[in-house]
Amino acid sequence: MKQFRFVLGIFIGALLLSLPAAAVTTEVCATCAVKSVKDAVLQASPYDTILVRGGTYLENNIIIDKPLVLLGENAPVIDGQYLAGIVEIKSDSVTLRGFVLQNVGLSYTQDFAAIHIGNSDYFVIADNVLKDVFFGIYVQKSDYGLIHQNTISSQAVEEFNSGNGIHIWHCKNITVTGNHLSRLRDGIYLEFVEESLITDNISTNNIRYGLHFMFSNHDDYYDNVFINNGAGVAVMFSKFINMKRNKFLRNWGTASFGLLLKEIYDAEIEQNLFEENTIGVNIEGTNRINYKNNRFVGNGWAVKFTGGCYANIFTGNDFLSNSFDVSYNTKMNDNLFDHNYWSSYAGYDLDKDGIGDVPYRPVKLFSYIVNRTPETIILLRSLFIDILNFSEKVSPVFTPDDLLDTSPSMKIIND
Amino acid sequence: MIKVLQYSFYDLIRSRWSYVYFLFYLVLGFALLFLNNSVAKSVITLMNIIIVLTPMIGTIFGVMYFYSSREFTELLLAQPIKRTTIFIGQYLGVSLSLMLSLVIGLGIPFMFYGLWQSAEMANFGLLLLSGSFLTLIFVALAYNIALSNDNKIKGFGYAILVWLFMAVIYDGMFLISLIIFEDYPLDKFTLIATMFNPIDLSRILILLKLDISALLGYTGAIFQKFFGTHAGIFSSLLVLVIWTIIPVYFIARKASKKDF
Repeated sequence: MKQFRFVLGIFIGALLLSLPAAAVTTEVCATCAVKSVKDAVLQASPYDTILVRGGTYLENNIIIDKPLVLLGENAPVIDGQYLAGIVEIKSDSVTLRGFVLQNVGLSYTQDFAAIHIGNSDYFVIADNVLKDVFFGIYVQKSDYGLIHQNTISSQAVEEFNSGNGIHIWHCKNITVTGNHLSRLRDGIYLEFVEESLITDNISTNNIRYGLHFMFSNHDDYYDNVFINNGAGVAVMFSKFINMKRNKFLRNWGTASFGLLLKEIYDAEIEQNLFEENTIGVNIEGTNRINYKNNRFVGNGWAVKFTGGCYANIFTGNDFLSNSFDVSYNTKMNDNLFDHNYWSSYAGYDLDKDGIGDVPYRPVKLFSYIVNRTPETIILLRSLFIDILNFSEKVSPVFTPDDLLDTSPSMKIIND
Repeated sequence: MIKVLQYSFYDLIRSRWSYVYFLFYLVLGFALLFLNNSVAKSVITLMNIIIVLTPMIGTIFGVMYFYSSREFTELLLAQPIKRTTIFIGQYLGVSLSLMLSLVIGLGIPFMFYGLWQSAEMANFGLLLLSGSFLTLIFVALAYNIALSNDNKIKGFGYAILVWLFMAVIYDGMFLISLIIFEDYPLDKFTLIATMFNPIDLSRILILLKLDISALLGYTGAIFQKFFGTHAGIFSSLLVLVIWTIIPVYFIARKASKKDF
């Protein structure tokens, strides 16, 4: 019996060892036996590798329904000729690396994508260039995936006939790193995505949001850069999000935000830079959020509260040359501002401990008035408004009188 | 007229006040550029100062000069010179010397810091242009007041009141009317109301140039559409020109009818 078990063990071991050896590499090129990617996928058995050599392949609707590794050598171009989607992944453990996918079809009824991934776990999409796409990478109900160092761009002009760069829906444990997204509708769109990591991406010139986040809990996004997007970055209806070391730059326009937060609970926002946005952070119905060591530089509104925000804590942030530091629309305050640096602070520090001796009131009366009647912004920087702000500062009537930074820093905190 | 202008002008640029005014702008310019590293920020701070200070100095200086040179004016009136020539000449003399103090006083420090290469040149030019217009307008208003009031105290009082009205009270009324009528579309009203106050007009002109336009555009694209384009800037400048011409015309009219 023991011997039999031993033999069985050897047999199974040998079987396992022989498995990788069984994987075959098929080459695809203009002069090879297999001339199209589609044929190569049809002929391949699971766990094979398909090596596509440089050249242009006019193909679309390539359906990958078994675990395969597709490698592009010398950046082979797969051109969808604007007919439909290009690659559709329907199996676990598919790797797609080193391709140029271009010219995805536009549809008002179907979500054509350069790479569509549905119900397929453990995928790797890396080092691809996606040009002129409708949707770039469209992932649904797939877990444990990696999307790494892809460049995705399009020519989006209007929202209704353009798609998102990386669109992730109902997924878990996805890592999106080092991608470059430009001129799409949303750079990255996440909906119902759990425990995922978004890092080192650059998202610019998208017509709606650089990053759009909905109903997604326990996610982290670090070190991303969002520049000049139509409306900035939106994070909505999510819990336990960490946002660290991101840059929100030049989201400047009539309805633009650096970061739009709506119904967010228990988030950490640390060491981010908000520079030259119309509204740095727009906060609506967000509770228990810690803002630590962020920099707000040259924004129209650095932080704009629009209602229902409780137990938010701002510490160690720098507010430099913003038209309005903090804007508030109620008299009630349940948020804490402590030990921040305010460039418009006019107090003194007699005991030289680096903390101003007089509290700072970040909310100006004028910002309250502008909230009520937006047209009054036309009076910005007029002498009358300065006088008005001054008198309100001396004795607050309209602005919350407990909203103050009792220990404002005298020096810039984060350099 | 050139002779009278020349005389007033030289008389004024020899006076102590012109130098004080000139030195003030010079020191201000250097201090601002030294403290703010960025030219853009300095232009904003300067704008805050210019739109308050140039009208004030213009009105006070205008009234003061008219009253103090009254004897000389009477002497000139005895000569065979047209009245409009005398008064317009004097007016231009005062305005030009004030404008010169402003332009040179701020121009030197900005040139010193190598502004000619920077992108802020256009904004700075617009700032000086609107400052010059404000001087022209408020000196003309001051002359009107001085011409119609022989009583010096009254004249000064009215002049300060005009400045106070334009710089502060007008904006207060403007704000209150905006809040009262907040349920109505206010874009056009706002646009027209700014036209009636040269201080507001130059402030908005500069603000829009300094890329605060997105803040204004947040509520109504109409400001953006109007002030943001070249046509908008030209028509605003045209309004400033009209604001200059009308009081000057009244100086001429009043001067030719006034009984000395």
